[in-house]
Amino acid sequence: METKKHTAPLFDKSIISKAILDSFVKLNPFYLIKNPVIFIVGIGAFLTTLIFVADLVGGNFSLFNFQITIWLWFTVLFANFAEAIAEGRGKAQSENLRKSRTNTLAKKIVDSKEIEVTALDLRKNDLVACETGDTIPADGEVIDGIASVDESAITGESAPVIRESGGDRSAVTGGTKVLSDKIVIRVTSNPGETYIDKMIALVENAKRKKTPNEIALSILLSGLTIVFLVVVVSLKFFMNYYNITLSQDVSSVSIPVLVSLLVCLIPTTIGGLLSAIGISGMDRLLQHNVIAMSGRAVEAAGDIDVLLLDKTGTITLGNRMATEFIPAPDVTEQYLADAAQLASLADETPEGRSIVVLAKERFGIRGRNIHELKAQFVPFSAQTQMSGVNILPTHDSGERIIRKGSLEAIRKYLSKETNINLNAQTEFLFTQMIGVDIALSGGTPLIVVENKKILGVIQLKDVVKGGIQERFAQLRKMGIRTVMITGDNKLTATAIAAEAGVDDFISEAKPEDKLKRIRDEQSHGKMVGMIGDGTNDAPALAQADVGIAMNSGTQAAREAGNMIDLDSNPTKLIEVVEIGKQLLMTRGALTTFSIANDVSKYFAIIPAIALSLFSTNGINGPLSVLNIMHLATPQSAILSAIIFNAIIIIFLIPLALKGIKYRPESAANLLKRNILVYGAGGLLVPFICIKLIDLILVSLKLV
Amino acid sequence: MSYITDLIQLIIFVGVLVAFSVPLGNFFAKVFQGERNFLSPVFSKIESAFYSLVRIDSGYQMDWKEYAVQLLIFNLLGFLVLFIIQIVQQSLPLNPQHLPNVNLLLALNTAVSFTTNTNWQSYAGETTLSYFVQMIGMTVQNFLSAATGIAVMITLIKGIATRNGKYLGNFWVDVTRAVLYVLLPLSFLLSIILISQGVVQTFNHSVTETTLEGISQTIPLGPAASQISIKQLGTNGGGFFNTNSAFPFENPTPLSNFLQVLSILLIPASLVFTYGKMLGSKKHAWTIFGVMLSVFLIGVVVSYLSETASNPIFHTNQLMEGKETRFGIFNSVLWSVATTVASNGSVNSMISSMSPVSGLVAMLNIQLGEIIFGGVGSGLYGMFLFIVITVFISGLMVGRTPEYFGKKIEAYEIKFSILAVLLPSIIILVFTAVAVVSNAGLSSLSNKGPHGLSEILYAFTSAGGNNGSAFAGLNTNTNFYNVLMSIAMIIGRYGVIVPILAIAGSLVKKNIAPATTGTLATDNFLFAFLLFGVIIIVGALTFFPVLSIGPLLEHLLMNLKITF
Repeated sequence: METKKHTAPLFDKSIISKAILDSFVKLNPFYLIKNPVIFIVGIGAFLTTLIFVADLVGGNFSLFNFQITIWLWFTVLFANFAEAIAEGRGKAQSENLRKSRTNTLAKKIVDSKEIEVTALDLRKNDLVACETGDTIPADGEVIDGIASVDESAITGESAPVIRESGGDRSAVTGGTKVLSDKIVIRVTSNPGETYIDKMIALVENAKRKKTPNEIALSILLSGLTIVFLVVVVSLKFFMNYYNITLSQDVSSVSIPVLVSLLVCLIPTTIGGLLSAIGISGMDRLLQHNVIAMSGRAVEAAGDIDVLLLDKTGTITLGNRMATEFIPAPDVTEQYLADAAQLASLADETPEGRSIVVLAKERFGIRGRNIHELKAQFVPFSAQTQMSGVNILPTHDSGERIIRKGSLEAIRKYLSKETNINLNAQTEFLFTQMIGVDIALSGGTPLIVVENKKILGVIQLKDVVKGGIQERFAQLRKMGIRTVMITGDNKLTATAIAAEAGVDDFISEAKPEDKLKRIRDEQSHGKMVGMIGDGTNDAPALAQADVGIAMNSGTQAAREAGNMIDLDSNPTKLIEVVEIGKQLLMTRGALTTFSIANDVSKYFAIIPAIALSLFSTNGINGPLSVLNIMHLATPQSAILSAIIFNAIIIIFLIPLALKGIKYRPESAANLLKRNILVYGAGGLLVPFICIKLIDLILVSLKLV
Repeated sequence: MSYITDLIQLIIFVGVLVAFSVPLGNFFAKVFQGERNFLSPVFSKIESAFYSLVRIDSGYQMDWKEYAVQLLIFNLLGFLVLFIIQIVQQSLPLNPQHLPNVNLLLALNTAVSFTTNTNWQSYAGETTLSYFVQMIGMTVQNFLSAATGIAVMITLIKGIATRNGKYLGNFWVDVTRAVLYVLLPLSFLLSIILISQGVVQTFNHSVTETTLEGISQTIPLGPAASQISIKQLGTNGGGFFNTNSAFPFENPTPLSNFLQVLSILLIPASLVFTYGKMLGSKKHAWTIFGVMLSVFLIGVVVSYLSETASNPIFHTNQLMEGKETRFGIFNSVLWSVATTVASNGSVNSMISSMSPVSGLVAMLNIQLGEIIFGGVGSGLYGMFLFIVITVFISGLMVGRTPEYFGKKIEAYEIKFSILAVLLPSIIILVFTAVAVVSNAGLSSLSNKGPHGLSEILYAFTSAGGNNGSAFAGLNTNTNFYNVLMSIAMIIGRYGVIVPILAIAGSLVKKNIAPATTGTLATDNFLFAFLLFGVIIIVGALTFFPVLSIGPLLEHLLMNLKITF
């Protein structure tokens, strides 16, 4: 299921130039301190700057210290840049969002004139007119008229319902569709602008709160930073020991060198990219047209164990489709199909269209022009609950009055206009029998009569969406169980569940059953995701760990959920889960990479520092054996390590923004691949890169 | 060289260790789950009699804070008793040698040392402590400090295994059971065997004999066997005699040596299986055991190779200085690795006399956090910290909030795990750094150069890691070392115990998420590999610099024939 994406190019020129500027603005220490790892680098850079300047004032220019200072500042700037560019992309995205809010149009009544406005411009107590085919733009109350409304998006019930002014059938919900007639609605709630504002804040990093896993990771990184601080400071003392007891030359252990070692060891890579990863996660979500109320919800999506899905609109296409013609005993199937097609030609409802399609598929009956036939279409009305066609008499046939409707409607129609005892008619008995059959197998019977004679039954059935099975298979691979919720009876539910490949289902579900199931799953320690749109879903959406409300759903549902899908595409949850997982994986992988990097940096810097111990007559001391990369000089070794440490941040920005690749597969396989790429890679890559940088530095005579 | 016989000894050692620890571990699980076991008929009566005697309501349940407070009070009392009887031992009975009262700071250091299961000894037992202090003070604390470690570990298990709970058990019950069912029976058994091998157990004072060379020699005696068995089994390590298990009356025969080195690892290894049993995952126990055994074996092999390598200065490949000829190279190496991986600290040879690389292995073993088998209880809860970090990082990499046995590992757990992992390391580095540049620290040194650095580093490593073994060569019975090391031991012990209890208190409240294919498995080779990697990388990253310019530098200089 391809969803519409607003994908910005990874690096947009204007975003980049703004981000470069922001990198310097973010040098403000009050801002920097929010990221302890990078803050430490900033302090180190400041310190080496002071030393460099003091030396310079003393008439002593140290190219080495100058370069260290430069690269330390670059490290900070690169980390700032990563964050700034993620924010920039987020801002660009939220501009899109502002424009592309819901495009539902509403006919607002102002001074008894109808003017077209977008749904989001509606406010409480506005009056709106809705006619056949219109989507009701907001929650409201019918104050005039009667209409049949398709509420399948909300209730999960496929059959249309009647909504009329007065009484307790007056409430309409936003996102539902008027199938016939016209009503006037008084809007009862303001649209959910607040969500969009929240999301904009999230992607623009203004009010982004750290997510739970991000907090835990920050603690881990701070802990590592502290221990490395102790390691580096204590190293100075250990070196001094050799100076005190054996008068060894330990002048190599200068402050800039120690700062370099510290900055190389503390997890600057992940520390510098952490916030960019978080922002871009939100950004990616928005690209999928999903609005999250918090980063926490996105992260929780990656943890979902059980997913509750409504049948209608999610697993099956929202509307029932004609799947079979069952003729009465003395009628041919083709005749029934022909009559049914005639009755549906002008029927614009999805059901009506599906009948035309089926007749064409089965018997090649082509569309005919109603006017040429001199036919008069009788649209579905809330009063008769039937639709059909009246064909005027021609030279070779008499007048044909064809009607289709539910068993109940047809019974009313026949018994009102004729005085026959329906129960004595074989056709009617047959029809009833078939109808019961169809109902048992999960379908809905639609009866066709011509000139008051029953021709047969059209079977309408839920049709499972194409490709849904693969989606569920993917979810299963991720370790997520799917539970279908339907108001259908058990038989129907079983049939659809098997066809769609869900793991479990709840049939004849009442709204409270959803809530109960969620609580039940949660009490077993599972994280529950739920997609809903109806008002009666609101408690369940609120209870679920991740509740995604359809944008087309009711206001109550939107308030209760912690994410809103602007496309109202329920299978979107799979993408949301992926984004949640990707977010964690990217952090985990870069943390592993960052820590694994330290091994090579030790092998670059420790020999450089300790080389002077027990060196005699200019021959390097015994610890030069640790210089396994054969870096040219102590200075080049230290510079190479610090340069690698800085530029790796830049190189990993695309990864942080895009997230590492997620494939739906078992945890064991994911882990194996990530360990191989980011663990083993993190060990080896810096050895190669540091050596290369060393060669470049030497050839440029920078050391 | 008898590589083959050494290899066979190693295989037998590991085989016997595994053969004993699995059933013992299962037995301990029964004990702490309050199930009936073969000791119950008699011991349960003693247990309940004891509870009614000291008025313990064994059904009373504690949350983590109360548990921690009771534990700290209990340990504080133990410390005070031990401290006071040392400084007044002259007025107490069972002092046939009429030893004087112990100096205040030494008594402080010793009391802290035995209460924290470190058993660092800045003194020589036979010339400092009366039999009364050895028995009522040392031996009792040997039991109680070990039991404290076991209690903390059992509490942690309860925290992991309980769903949506609040309470973690009863500290007094856990300690009582640890002493009664675990430590006492095994110690009793081991004491009897050791006595049969010739370890002394007497109240007679030392004897003076004239040696063959015609010199008068004082041979110390005492009630040693009963203390030695618990010294090994409780990973205490504090010897009755100064030279510890190198002394013939403490460790007379190859069998006594084998049993002692076995009993160093026996309870820590068994507790791994207790852990698996109580958490319902034997595979997880084997995973942890596998990691521990691998690090242990690597240590033994590296040490062994380094001890048997040709020495560039003396051109011999069997340096016996500091080793007992009764035990030879292999058994000295095996012991030195076992005693440092487990937080035991007893020795049968002098680590200072070993090759620099063996010294490095011994030090790194402790610096990893005493988690390779480790101290009784403390080894496993220390390992738990590394498991938490491994689960966290690799959990992120599979895209789920990390879980361990279905319990979510969140900021709170990470905070305390990091704290508990870092505190001992930081203390070791900071105190060593202070000592190596101060006169007070340097004046105790008997060696210069890297070896001197190693001596000081080893002392604080041993204290911070609650190991208690000594590198030797450093006089730590000075005010400077007695005080600093006491602080290191306290932080190394309670800086881990309290965070562990806090984690247990947090975990116990959580629900248990069922495992799915999206859950990270913690019972397979991949996890073992990761855990191994995290232990080595975290340990190595912290101590690589100092080990480089300490033992590694010494090794390189030795190859250049430079000594100090």
